[in-house]
Amino acid sequence: MPKNSLIDFDSTKPNSPFYNESHRQWRDSLRRWLAKEIAPYVEEWEEAEEFPLSLYKKASEFGLSRLNYPEQYGGLDSGFDRFHAIVTAEETSQIGAGGIFASLLVHGIGLPPIIALGTQEMKERIAPAVLTGDKRICLGITEPDAGSDVANIKTRAERDGDDFIVRGSKMFITGGMRADYMTTAVRTGGPGMSGISLLLIELDRPGVARTKLKKQGWWASDTAAVYLDEVRVPVSNLIGPENQGFLGIVLNFNGERLAMAASAVGYARTCLVEAARYAQERQTFGKRLADHQVIRHKIAEMQRQVNATQAYLEICAWRVQEGESPIADLALLKVQATLTMEFCAREAMQVFGGAGYLRGNKVERIYREVRVNAIGGGSEEIMRDLAARQMGL
Amino acid sequence: MKILVTVKRVPDPESSIKVNPEGTGIVESGLKWVVNPFDEIAIEEALRIKEAQGDVEVVVVSVGVSESQEQLRTGLAMGADRAILVKADRPDTAAVAKILVKLVEKEQPTLVILGKQAIDDDSNEVGQMLAHLLGWPQATFISKLTFAGDKASVECIREVDGGMETIAFALPAIITADLRLNEPRYASLPGIMKARKKPMEEIDAASLGVDLTPRVRIKKMAPPPARTAGRKVESVDELINALQTEAKVM
Ligand SMILES: Cc1cc2nc3c(=O)[nH]c(=O)nc-3n(C[C@H](O)[C@H](O)[C@H](O)COP(=O)(O)OP(=O)(O)OC[C@H]3O[C@@H](n4cnc5c(N)ncnc54)[C@H](O)[C@@H]3O)c2cc1C
Repeated sequence: MPKNSLIDFDSTKPNSPFYNESHRQWRDSLRRWLAKEIAPYVEEWEEAEEFPLSLYKKASEFGLSRLNYPEQYGGLDSGFDRFHAIVTAEETSQIGAGGIFASLLVHGIGLPPIIALGTQEMKERIAPAVLTGDKRICLGITEPDAGSDVANIKTRAERDGDDFIVRGSKMFITGGMRADYMTTAVRTGGPGMSGISLLLIELDRPGVARTKLKKQGWWASDTAAVYLDEVRVPVSNLIGPENQGFLGIVLNFNGERLAMAASAVGYARTCLVEAARYAQERQTFGKRLADHQVIRHKIAEMQRQVNATQAYLEICAWRVQEGESPIADLALLKVQATLTMEFCAREAMQVFGGAGYLRGNKVERIYREVRVNAIGGGSEEIMRDLAARQMGL
Repeated sequence: MKILVTVKRVPDPESSIKVNPEGTGIVESGLKWVVNPFDEIAIEEALRIKEAQGDVEVVVVSVGVSESQEQLRTGLAMGADRAILVKADRPDTAAVAKILVKLVEKEQPTLVILGKQAIDDDSNEVGQMLAHLLGWPQATFISKLTFAGDKASVECIREVDGGMETIAFALPAIITADLRLNEPRYASLPGIMKARKKPMEEIDAASLGVDLTPRVRIKKMAPPPARTAGRKVESVDELINALQTEAKVM
């Protein structure tokens, strides 16, 4: 690399044996789509705290939101592998606005339990409508009194003839303000994880109310508190067998953690690139920031951590691809990735100085999005604990 | 019907291009390569014809280095049916046109669609040369293409200085695509997967029996002079004076 040539996303990414021509082309195609359909509107949508609903349709037409779902329901899965998913996470993260994709692709957590465990009738009713972008589905697990401790949820579904009557509330529900359906964890049995079922709730049913939650980051994502006040739902809306809902929840975990780790590394790399480019241009004390040793070393340090995390990510992805379920490593990978994101966001903010503190730039936004990655989808503490248990400690 | 579409491998217009120290060309290492944007429009047009008419085969063709396969794959991923790569080391426009004549003779397409120019050297010559060598009608810089009812002729709207020109002619013909002809699609992931299994034929240019001797020689390449900083003027008079005496544009 000749001195002073501007660093970019691709130049910071080492060659890797896991990618072939189809990954390269997917990256290319996706990058161009994002540059046209999303990048120009990021500031506007973040400030407006939502993006147009038409984006769901556009993302479906392009294929982004249909990836890795069965073709019989309108998905695109032939030939799709974990590395296409990594490419997708990397390219979307370069936009530097995680909230847009959190809501746009929220069916990534809401729909898989239905595809895996739902009745044929339910799959045919829900999946095609979601995959065309006409309907939206979110996932409601967390409650005001149960987050990490999923097994402790209190929302009850009482049997009443052919219906359940659901009472309770769900908290922090991504996409919840605009969703049509919620894949909901409810208590149908006794205490603990063996009393939990997954229930599909249409959110236009009487008794459903929602409140929008204001957040530190992810502004373009609509996050809701969803109140369920005697909501009548047919028993046929059960996703999988009664009282075995925990299985459906756990099924999501591997894919979700891998995807979150891939995005977190992508955000870390985006911070690295933004900081490096700024350091290459900004002059202080008669030279470029990049010529001050303290700043150069920050950049090298970011690259070191990003490279190490990337290697861990790709090996984990390969193992999952080979059919393994490396639970401990996926948990630790998520921790590694969010710590790397946190470090790079912090260092990039320092490199930008006051300019980084102003609203409307990627680094500032990513800085405000660190915690949701480190807490959502399994917090760092819970991930370490899970890994320790898996290790037999 | 068969449509032949040309695809050239060119440096990504967004990458920063540097002239090599010898002044013989650009620095190619580390460059990202893409399909010439006007060729993407050409591919898109062919695909739209295929979608409208059904029984159409779209063949993408590139003349160049082996790596041009990547760009042909992009054409296949967009939806073309098969690809032909003619391997040749830096052919000039005349050589490319002569090679294309051979392919047209072999493939017998009804329509050849090219980009109006390649964004690397901006020659804007191959389409016109090909039409001349074949003795076929041509429409360059087109922004609209409409088939007649019997599909034996087409009507094209061309972008010309000062307006639009509408011309109609019988097929087979040569067409070169301008920016406003259409908005090319993005290759979808299933398209990318299918492209891996579509046929790609490789031909050595030397085997075609055409004279590849370059007619154009690049003597020297130099970057444009670096822009110097502007300056503020105090009054309109000073501005007019500077435009007349210094910039010599008035
Ligand atoms: C923006 C956003 C979007 C979200 N979207 C969704 C969604 O779509 N659907 C959904 O169901 N949920 C969603 N969540 C909720 C998310 O999954 C939870 O916030 C997360 O599981 C943590 O739960 P909690 O917030 O209740 O924290 P708590 O569980 O109360 O934890 C508080 C702190 O204590 C730590 N802690 C807890 N237990 C232990 C322990 N045993 N040992 C050590 N430390 C512990 C945690 O790591 C954390 O640091 C979202 C959250 C956010 C912020």
